[in-house]
Amino acid sequence: MTRLGDLERAVMDVLWDRSGPATVREVVDALDGRDLAYTTVMTVLDRLAGKGMVGRERTGRAWSYQPVAGRDAYIAQLMLDALEMAGEKDAALVRFARSVTGDEAEVLRAALDKDKA
Amino acid sequence: MFYTAHFGAAVLGCYLVAWVMLKSRWPATSPTVAILCWQGIGLAVGLSAIGIPISLGLAPYGRPPGTAFRILVNDLAGGRLPAELGVGHLALISVGLGIGVVLFWSTGASLRHAAKARQRQRDLLALVARADPAAPGALVLDHPSAAAYCVPGLRPRVVISAGALSLLPRDELAAVLSHEHAHAKERHDLVLLPFSALVRALPGVSWMVRAMAAVALLVEMRADDRARRLHTDELLAAALARFATAPSRVTPAGMLAAADHDIVARVRRLRAPLGPTPLAALVALASTTALAALPVALFLS
Repeated sequence: MTRLGDLERAVMDVLWDRSGPATVREVVDALDGRDLAYTTVMTVLDRLAGKGMVGRERTGRAWSYQPVAGRDAYIAQLMLDALEMAGEKDAALVRFARSVTGDEAEVLRAALDKDKA
Repeated sequence: MFYTAHFGAAVLGCYLVAWVMLKSRWPATSPTVAILCWQGIGLAVGLSAIGIPISLGLAPYGRPPGTAFRILVNDLAGGRLPAELGVGHLALISVGLGIGVVLFWSTGASLRHAAKARQRQRDLLALVARADPAAPGALVLDHPSAAAYCVPGLRPRVVISAGALSLLPRDELAAVLSHEHAHAKERHDLVLLPFSALVRALPGVSWMVRAMAAVALLVEMRADDRARRLHTDELLAAALARFATAPSRVTPAGMLAAADHDIVARVRRLRAPLGPTPLAALVALASTTALAALPVALFLS
């Protein structure tokens, strides 16, 4: 993963772990161990805002940032795409197999049992 | 009319070969040959859809479409059209060119749409997916449902859910990952692209929709065959069955009830060993090559 991608992830993790919005300074402090410049973190937050991952609002003189959705919501969104429950038919993914129910599942089990016999 | 009949014959031939292929069993035994046949059919249908109205419009010239079109362009530039070339002819030529533009545009639209969706996938995956030593070369999503998929592109991603990780024994997991890597490596998304463009450009042509579904299944079979080179057939079949029958916990059960005969077909063929390419497959390949060559030759002559 690129350094920038790695930083975006670290910044999102900070925001997700806090309950409320955070200023750039607060994010820099939370990433203490990484020794990052204030401007670097600001750039990363700008990029994330540009991708629609975080929202920002002015509180006093500083901007504060907040995730648009929780980590679980993003995972759920990816899974819905993967299971073809959202988006369009010709969307972008190639799936291994879709879940089937009822009769189809029975046929499959039968086919496998026959294989073993 | 003479040249229009040739384009028409190409479409009719494509329709017949497509009909035979949808009925035959050999595509499941030779998915690669079948995919090539479908590409030829797609090319022939696309070019003929452009060629039929254009050749009707160019009929007054009595020359092959390629030559007649060059003469028409010269005549238009010189501002003198032959008397027998009426408004109706020009309208037909416009229709043909319009179909060409729509085909081109819808291919571009499909590409753009997919590129955007994939970028979003990659952005989200970069934030929430993790690497796991249990699934080398893949990203893991922490979700209890079973899913394995590939985000194709120049920088492909193979993704597997935590649910799938716990569902599959290690060796079956490796087979699933090989299958997904085959999709990514062989750019199977591009194999499907011309068909999604044709379906968009020729709405209401139901056999094109069926053709696209057939190609989608063949691509899965091709990926299965790639995985079979590295893993046993039984492992892949077991992984497929396990996947397909796994309870899904993200969605209401009713929504997944749409029967998926494809998985049954894939499991069945994994139980038969890979044999030599059947004669019918070679005949179909020769036919579709000729069918694709016909409209190309007409446009070039």
